[in-house]
Amino acid sequence: MSGVLPVATHLALLLLVPPLLLGVIGKTKAWVAGRRGPPVWQTYADIDKLLRKGAVYGRPTTWVFRSGPVVGLASTVVAGLIVPLGAGAGPLSFSGDVVAFAALLGLGRFFTMAAALDTASSFEGMGASREAAFGALTEPAFFLALAIVCLPAGTATFAAAWAALPWTVWNPAIPVQLIAAVVLGIVLLAENARIPIDDPATHLELTMVHEVMVLDHSGPDLAFIVYGGAVKLFVMAALLVHLLVPVPADGGWWGAVALVAGVLGVAVLVGLVEATSARLRLARVPGFLIGAAGLAAVGVAVLVARGRP
Amino acid sequence: MSLLLVVAGIGLLLATALAAALAGRRDWLAIRIGTAGAVAASALGIVAAVAHLLRGGEVAAQAPWRLPLGAVAVGIDPLSAFFLLCVFVVSGLAAVYGAGYLAAYLGTRRVAPAVAFFNLLVAAMTGVVIARDGVLFLVAWEVMTVASFFLVTFEDDRETTRRAGLTYLIASQLSAIALFVLFALLRQHAGSFAFARLLAAGAPAGGLAGGVFVLAVAGFGTKAGFWPLHVWLPDAHPAAPSHISAVMSGVMIKMGIYGLLRTLTFLGTPPLWWGVLLVGVGVVSGVIGVLYALAQHDLKRLLAYHSVENIGIIALGIGVGLLGQSRGDAAVTFLGYAGALLHVLNHGLFKGLLFQGAGSVLHATGVRDLDLLGGLGRRMPTTALTFLVGAVAISGLPPLNGFVSEWLIFVGAFRGGAVLGGGAGVAVLVVVPALALIGGLAVACFVKVFGVVFLGTPRSDAPQRAHESGAAMRWPMVAGAALCVVVGVFPAAALRLVAPAATQLGALPLVPAGVVGALPAITLVAALLVGVAGGLALVRGALLRRAPVRTAATWGCAYPETTPRMQYTAASFAAPVLAPFADVLRGTVHAELPAGYFPQAARFEQHVGDLAGERVLVPTVRRVLRDVGRLRVLQQGRIQLYLAYVLVTLLVLLVWQVGAAGP
Repeated sequence: MSGVLPVATHLALLLLVPPLLLGVIGKTKAWVAGRRGPPVWQTYADIDKLLRKGAVYGRPTTWVFRSGPVVGLASTVVAGLIVPLGAGAGPLSFSGDVVAFAALLGLGRFFTMAAALDTASSFEGMGASREAAFGALTEPAFFLALAIVCLPAGTATFAAAWAALPWTVWNPAIPVQLIAAVVLGIVLLAENARIPIDDPATHLELTMVHEVMVLDHSGPDLAFIVYGGAVKLFVMAALLVHLLVPVPADGGWWGAVALVAGVLGVAVLVGLVEATSARLRLARVPGFLIGAAGLAAVGVAVLVARGRP
Repeated sequence: MSLLLVVAGIGLLLATALAAALAGRRDWLAIRIGTAGAVAASALGIVAAVAHLLRGGEVAAQAPWRLPLGAVAVGIDPLSAFFLLCVFVVSGLAAVYGAGYLAAYLGTRRVAPAVAFFNLLVAAMTGVVIARDGVLFLVAWEVMTVASFFLVTFEDDRETTRRAGLTYLIASQLSAIALFVLFALLRQHAGSFAFARLLAAGAPAGGLAGGVFVLAVAGFGTKAGFWPLHVWLPDAHPAAPSHISAVMSGVMIKMGIYGLLRTLTFLGTPPLWWGVLLVGVGVVSGVIGVLYALAQHDLKRLLAYHSVENIGIIALGIGVGLLGQSRGDAAVTFLGYAGALLHVLNHGLFKGLLFQGAGSVLHATGVRDLDLLGGLGRRMPTTALTFLVGAVAISGLPPLNGFVSEWLIFVGAFRGGAVLGGGAGVAVLVVVPALALIGGLAVACFVKVFGVVFLGTPRSDAPQRAHESGAAMRWPMVAGAALCVVVGVFPAAALRLVAPAATQLGALPLVPAGVVGALPAITLVAALLVGVAGGLALVRGALLRRAPVRTAATWGCAYPETTPRMQYTAASFAAPVLAPFADVLRGTVHAELPAGYFPQAARFEQHVGDLAGERVLVPTVRRVLRDVGRLRVLQQGRIQLYLAYVLVTLLVLLVWQVGAAGP
């Protein structure tokens, strides 16, 4: 990718759009429930408010606690530079970037969990422990879904994989592609702590996963966490959109418009799932995630059994 | 030239080992002599290995005297040079650390033998790597085993240590039998133990090659710690002093990997099932290793199980390489072997660092039980920071070295799934979810270790009295952490050291074009990561300067009387992670849960024993002993009967000899 304009477009999309997704999810849930709900711009206002606030730190905490939100947001943003956003390739696209993308998200999770353990609070330890358990089980599902996407291109590279997707109607590869989309959707819900894996709106610490893990963060630290969560949701939604909607490799502005429309559509879907379903019991979540990995494994098996894709 | 330097290094190691052993009661003198010798030899060896890897090619030499059955032939090729680099980097750092660590024992225990055997162990590992003759190889191999046995049993007044040493010795000798058979078969084929003759004789026929391969996986796999041959490892590593654990886990078990790879060079193009077997071994070792690690509450034992996990990752890499080679795909072959080899170096670096960190914790607190530690980050800042680097590196996360080697294996597996097709394609695709699961579980385990040991508040008195270690122990950890960063940030440079050995293993003329062109991009990812994180930290600092910042009690749901005992422990952190794998681990729980409206005493105990040890190995050994016991009928204790045995034997031999001579 050459030129300043595509990079600027990518950065603008990556940094400005994400908070809107949380607003759209909230609005969708409110609409289904017959409420008016907060405005779609609410998250921008929340982040702005948190950035201007001071912070309170727990007495046992050290620099590890303070580094958690910084590393979490930084790794998510760098991961966001890898994926294509409405164009052929991300600015940081390279051969094998799929693996780096997943590892960067893992780095953010590592530091968020370490920060939680730094508080010496049993609640945050509980959240980190659950996050570790669900995170470990999400990884195989994520990589198997990525394998489905990458096998036709023959390389673990987002740009090449999207370019090799079969967009002809009635292509026999389409069902497998749908399997990948379903599994990626489940991974999106798990990675972003949404229903049915986790409930971001719960008010009881004992039932939380992600929320309780970041309970002690305040002020700019919490702003980084909220914003980082939005960027992560946006990036994962972008993966899903590229899998389901043919975004032209060199579509100019249309690519960006199609991407934003698609990503907002994913947000509406997430809102609908949250409004119409309950979260799973904690003990049932591992089975759900292992099932997703199994589904993706079936997709991979179909691809291999059909011979070279 | 490089060979001369390495042989000089061996001489130096042996001389200082002897001098340390002869230092008598002056233990401090032994430590100085031994450490100086090990450091000097490491410096020579690192220079020689790097020079050889950059220059490439092969050098060999032969001594004018002979061993029984074989010659004293030595040589260095890229494969040897790469393993020499691993041996000397890890051992050099461990030697410096050991000088500080052993000083604590002065006056309470004889330290000189530990110094002498350490240098002997390093010399023996060097000998294994440069040996060019089967007999010399086995001699060096056995010296390595014996030297490490005496290091494991350093604290031999403890029952558990003696037991661990004995288990280790028995496992090593059983595996050595497989190696004797292996070299005997190879000699049958080539007519000589000399590696040059083995290479010149060409690949043995399919059946023989398969047998040799299986013997290599079993014999060398015991030393490497493949599941279920790993049973000696989780006992022996924790029993040894920490710098010995670092060397044993960091490089000595890699000698098993070296032996396996060296054997593969004699066997020609591998058939499909070799790769499938190694992928299977890798998946089982990797997943079960990390699961058992999660279930441990002894810091060093936990790290020992992570060695099983990382050996599994190395086996996955070798498996990918073998599958690529069996189908003749140069890129997959190279990526698999290069990933496996780089992981050998990386694991040496971060596992050495982690064992040294564990040693510092043990040194400062006297406690290995995770659930009695906590809050050490404030009291031991250097140890905490370097341990964090090691923890992130072993979890395979950027921007550190563990990520680079796992990245190579992942990329090879993705490519293999697309181009190999058939059974090889399926086998290579198994690597993808397996490596992902291993990585996710490793993250969980190392967040647990780092969080429970260094973060939060102390869970007992021991960590409250802790102090940072001395300079001799701190600097090797800092250097190890720095090397983890360097390899992770500049993977292209690291690959220059790996590539010659990887192409040699895959019998490739040169590095396949385009497969590693992306490595500079990883440098860019690391730079961006540091840049963005640094920028965000500055923004955060600027924002907080303008706003009130205060400290208060951690939120406890409005409950003010929180105590350190309420923190999550290692066991409670691991419980939900392990819950889905309960059928694999089969832990036993003894619990008296609180009952009634006014619960009194409650107790909870969980024990996760090693499945391979307790359910497979011990029953098997019992059965064999029982069956062999039947032979005691022959042993009646009557001298007349024994004389009759002698007579019968002589008669049989006479008849046989006469029959063979013919009429």
